[in-house]
Amino acid sequence: MGGRLGARLAPYALIFPGGLWLLLFFVVPMVAMLSLSLQQGDVVNGYQMTWHWQTYVDGFNNYQDQLVRSLMYGLITTVLQIVIAFPIAYWIAFHGGRRKSFYLFLLLLPFFVSFVLRTISWKFILTDEGLLLSPLKDLGLLSADFHILGTAPAVILGLTYNFLPFMVLPIYVALERVDARVVEAARDLYANPVQVFRRVVLPLSLPGVFAGVLMTFVPASSDYVNSELLGSSSTFMIGQVIQRQYLSNQNYPTASALSFTLMAILLIGIFIYARVLGTEDVLKVAAR
Amino acid sequence: MNQPNPLDPAMVRGLTQRRLSRRDALRISGMSAAAMALAACGVKGKGTTTQTPAADAVAQYWTGKTKNGHVDFANWPLYMDPEKPELKKFTQDTGITVTYQEVIEDMGPWFAKVQPQLAAKQPIGYDLMVITNGIQFKQFVVSGFLAPLDHTKLPTFAANAGTAYKNESFDPGNVYSIPWASGMTGIAYNADRIKTPITKLADLWNPAFKGKIGMMSDSQELGNFGMMKLGVDPEKSTPADWQKAADDLKVQKPLVRKYYGQEYIDALGSGEVWISQAWSGDIFQKNLEGGNLKFVIPEEGASIWTDNMTIPITAKNPVDAITLMDFFYQTEIAATLAEYINYITPVPKAQDAIKAHAAAASGEDKATLTAVAESPLVFPSDADYAKLRHYRDFATPAEQSEYQGIFEPIVLG
Repeated sequence: MGGRLGARLAPYALIFPGGLWLLLFFVVPMVAMLSLSLQQGDVVNGYQMTWHWQTYVDGFNNYQDQLVRSLMYGLITTVLQIVIAFPIAYWIAFHGGRRKSFYLFLLLLPFFVSFVLRTISWKFILTDEGLLLSPLKDLGLLSADFHILGTAPAVILGLTYNFLPFMVLPIYVALERVDARVVEAARDLYANPVQVFRRVVLPLSLPGVFAGVLMTFVPASSDYVNSELLGSSSTFMIGQVIQRQYLSNQNYPTASALSFTLMAILLIGIFIYARVLGTEDVLKVAAR
Repeated sequence: MNQPNPLDPAMVRGLTQRRLSRRDALRISGMSAAAMALAACGVKGKGTTTQTPAADAVAQYWTGKTKNGHVDFANWPLYMDPEKPELKKFTQDTGITVTYQEVIEDMGPWFAKVQPQLAAKQPIGYDLMVITNGIQFKQFVVSGFLAPLDHTKLPTFAANAGTAYKNESFDPGNVYSIPWASGMTGIAYNADRIKTPITKLADLWNPAFKGKIGMMSDSQELGNFGMMKLGVDPEKSTPADWQKAADDLKVQKPLVRKYYGQEYIDALGSGEVWISQAWSGDIFQKNLEGGNLKFVIPEEGASIWTDNMTIPITAKNPVDAITLMDFFYQTEIAATLAEYINYITPVPKAQDAIKAHAAAASGEDKATLTAVAESPLVFPSDADYAKLRHYRDFATPAEQSEYQGIFEPIVLG
């Protein structure tokens, strides 16, 4: 009898630690934030739950520009990263030889330094009379008024740089798993190198690309550091709006509502992408 | 008894019907817990609505507090000589050590940073902090985050402070704060790049400086300039005035390079902007590094604000902190501080002290010190004071939200 009871309770006992972690650090904060987004009030007098859905509508209407801009930047960043990361990952996977892990280590080395410090160092490089622009201006290739900092390209550059390993590594993992014999078989069947790449390697790498997109599009769209340091008021992103609403204005309901709006848009985007790519189970692919 | 036909539809339904599985049970209990939590949630208010503390609050707070020998001091950048001669003298005179950190850059983020700990009655790591009058100062007071000051421990303040500083509108009677320095927000420009002298707020709207203009991101600073340019007194402004000022600022927006916090001074120094809203003392200190920046009090008016020393209610060393607060009101100390930071000092006798220093010095030092003693930035004349305006004081949080809601979209793009 004791054994049977133990057996029946065992699954719950196994779920318990992981479930408790998820409950405490994911479910509770999510529910609290959802609840906060429907409340009204202010810091001094307290917030009361009034099921005020208008906050979502107001937030969306007021910050539409920033939302669209953030998604655009995220999209451009992701595309740029695929273009940059794929050759790197391909080269390391197929031609890295014995020093593959060393090359990967070199790629990851800058990321031992803090995110904010790396972005500030880009600020130094791109400043009006700095390392990059000064020689070009002296040569007369650029007008004296030209500046990169404070424009959208600077922000996108920062975003692309900061999230690059998140794209390289998943693609590398997917390419590494491509069996060399498959490539050999393709060549035996009269495929030239371009065809081998296009019809054999590329489709096999797509799950890695998908994982990379997941890991870069979402953080890039919701980033608030790059635009703060490298941008100006014309590049304001939704992450900065949420930060400002939360920290400077203590307008918690609007900040929470905007967070959920952004999350919903990103989730819808990811699911559409998964459907297009033909992956039946998004979670299965992400777990690979 | 007849066995039921295995292919009987009812039998098939019964066999294949979905039962409540373990997964379903967990799911239902989770959702209902979440729904109950949603409905039950509310965030308690942080403050009482009264601003005056109970009569014995001072006694209640200060009984039992003793000297510990150390102070953690949080301040804004460019508010003390990096050599910290005043703090060294303080340690020499009293034996109390001071850790000085320039961690405050902007009032909004500072309040947001310390509010969770203060609300939970936890120490914030500082015993003394300097905060500007305005929205956040009021929030600090109303939320009960500041310790009421024991004026028996502030004799030098009582003796040396100017009368205006003993009766500030935002803290009458100095219940929670005593001034550190007062400052003005005016216009600073790079005299190497801009040859014509700048005299008016309207110069910040000049299309000739397109892309080289900096403005401040704080809605109170921005709003004041917008209103003063239109000839409106910010202290008495109405929401209609705010809207007109916001519309004018939107006209300026395409010309502005960026909306800055404290970092406007670096942008001016590096040439990123040529003309900007600026705080009066920063320019003097930046020019010490070499540079040709000039500060102007515009004709239409400038903002005046006071940065105040306060003690957070969870400070570990309040007695040492209040001793340090009183120390800065000694005439000599106030004079050397004003000589370096070039902000308005709350000690009027410091002007004579600086003149005495100038008389005793020679050469370049003498010229600098005489300039400070006569500077309208450190000792404004009555005519200057007539042009200076405080920030708008808000009666209710709703009014404050309205004001921020009108000026924020300009900064947010």
